[in-house]
Amino acid sequence: MKTETFSYLPAFTGEQVEKQIAYFLANECVIGIEYSSKPGPTLAFWDWWKLPLFKMRIVNEIMAEIEACKAAHPRSCVRITGYDNARQAQVMSFVVHNPM
Amino acid sequence: MSNSNDNNQALFDAGVKEYSAAGRYYYDIGFKPTDTQVLAAFRITPQEGVSFEEAAAAVAAESSFSTWTTVWSDYLVDAARYCARTYEMKPVPGHNDQMMAYIAYPLDLFEEGSMPNLMSSIVGNVFGFKPLRALRLEDIYFPPALLKTFQGPPHGIQVERDKLDKYGRPLLGATMKPKLGLSAKNYGRLVYEALRGGLDFTKDDENITSQPFMRWRDRFEFVMDAVKQAEAETGERKGHYLNVTAGDMEEMYRRAELARELGSRIIMVDYLVAGFTAFASLSKWCRANGMLLHAHRAMHSVMDRQQNHGVHWRVLAKWCRIVGADHLHNGTVVGKLEGDRASTIGINEMMRATDVAKVEDCPGHHFDQPWLSMPAMFPVASGGIHVWHMPELVSIFGDEVILQFGGGTVGHPWGSAAGATANRVALEAVVQARNEGRNLLAEGTDILKSAARHSEELHAAMETWKGITFEYESVDALEK
Repeated sequence: MKTETFSYLPAFTGEQVEKQIAYFLANECVIGIEYSSKPGPTLAFWDWWKLPLFKMRIVNEIMAEIEACKAAHPRSCVRITGYDNARQAQVMSFVVHNPM
Repeated sequence: MSNSNDNNQALFDAGVKEYSAAGRYYYDIGFKPTDTQVLAAFRITPQEGVSFEEAAAAVAAESSFSTWTTVWSDYLVDAARYCARTYEMKPVPGHNDQMMAYIAYPLDLFEEGSMPNLMSSIVGNVFGFKPLRALRLEDIYFPPALLKTFQGPPHGIQVERDKLDKYGRPLLGATMKPKLGLSAKNYGRLVYEALRGGLDFTKDDENITSQPFMRWRDRFEFVMDAVKQAEAETGERKGHYLNVTAGDMEEMYRRAELARELGSRIIMVDYLVAGFTAFASLSKWCRANGMLLHAHRAMHSVMDRQQNHGVHWRVLAKWCRIVGADHLHNGTVVGKLEGDRASTIGINEMMRATDVAKVEDCPGHHFDQPWLSMPAMFPVASGGIHVWHMPELVSIFGDEVILQFGGGTVGHPWGSAAGATANRVALEAVVQARNEGRNLLAEGTDILKSAARHSEELHAAMETWKGITFEYESVDALEK
């Protein structure tokens, strides 16, 4: 099974994930974290980890939230999303943890 | 019947007057267009012996109010209200026989929401007018008052991304080849292989409709089997542009309805050959039915290729967005089809701008175009592109584009699934690198080579198309 953007590349290392998060923060995005134990083409909404991280602008803090989500849901896929309030839409999504 | 004019005197000012004559409105340099007027930029090449002033005035006159001679019924209307006016003239660099004429058209000349009506005036009979050697519509501005009478794209880029659950990268597609002759089941196989390999979309060719070797209903059924099977296997949402272009509107609706019933997310139309009325009807049907609409531009080169005559592609593309498609083919800049680089980039920006498409961001355009939140349209870059082009394509187009590799997918030495995977790996590696701040043009080869270490498919594709480029001068380049 594939999971959209970046799922045709080898799984990202922590450092590679950090670079992507830094890019989206630099582009004024709000990062969110989502998880699902049953991802697939028919599932529109995954479960939210907390809310989108409106106040978090530091890569390490977001990485810590990803780790907390993974620890709480070890058998789920975890992805990060990006929201752009100027475009008023979601603009990014990729899986950072795929145990399936 | 007797003539009651016993003295045979002229009862009005009959005869032929120069269009640019004082007291007429057609040549009115310095006139300030109002907020509601449609503006057009025409490249004018007069016949020998005809002045630029007279030629420009003739274009304004013949595309709005006037005929060749004065008629008594002119006196029953307020000409000032309906005359188009040439309000500015500019030289064309490098072409002494041409000038750019800017003409303002009163809003009342046009019916609300009717592109055919506007076209019949602005690109109607005037293009065959004898005092002109050639005439080209270079750009057109739609005032908000007129723009808001059109629907625009049925969904637009953002809604399409949400429907497809695809973010942060260009979308990937491929046209199925060969164009003609495949049976419906063989065709479905081609679609399945490309989609399961990693493409987001596959596409009917523009001249595939319902020929004897593959009737439309059979194609639709096998293709949708392929789409659903690829979705189930990959876990990703997929689509195939089912071309519903047909000989009449009733048949187009019939095909669109079956596409919907079979669960297709998208249909396709050849918008120029179908015509703007059929295109508008299908666009409205798509919005009403939640279907994406892919527009192919077959026939555009007939109108837009010559630099001195016809309608520039940026105008045909703008009309497409206003009437409403979600995707429209534009040039690739790097592939086998015509398209001056700067001009292609300018048209992409016009198609994608959500607020105002500004002249400084849209090379070649003459007018800022406010879009008033009309949905944006995905440009489709297709034709002669392969994995080696990926860094340059992403660098030029950014994320809001659909990259279509037809030969570059189906031509992979191990087949379409491997070709699709090669393209998807290359795309994702390039997007990753861009986000990390790497320079795609300088480091493109390194980025691809290091991605190929993890992908045999990409490695084989890079070997196959090493050094294949299409570098000819464009027939129609922007003036420097």
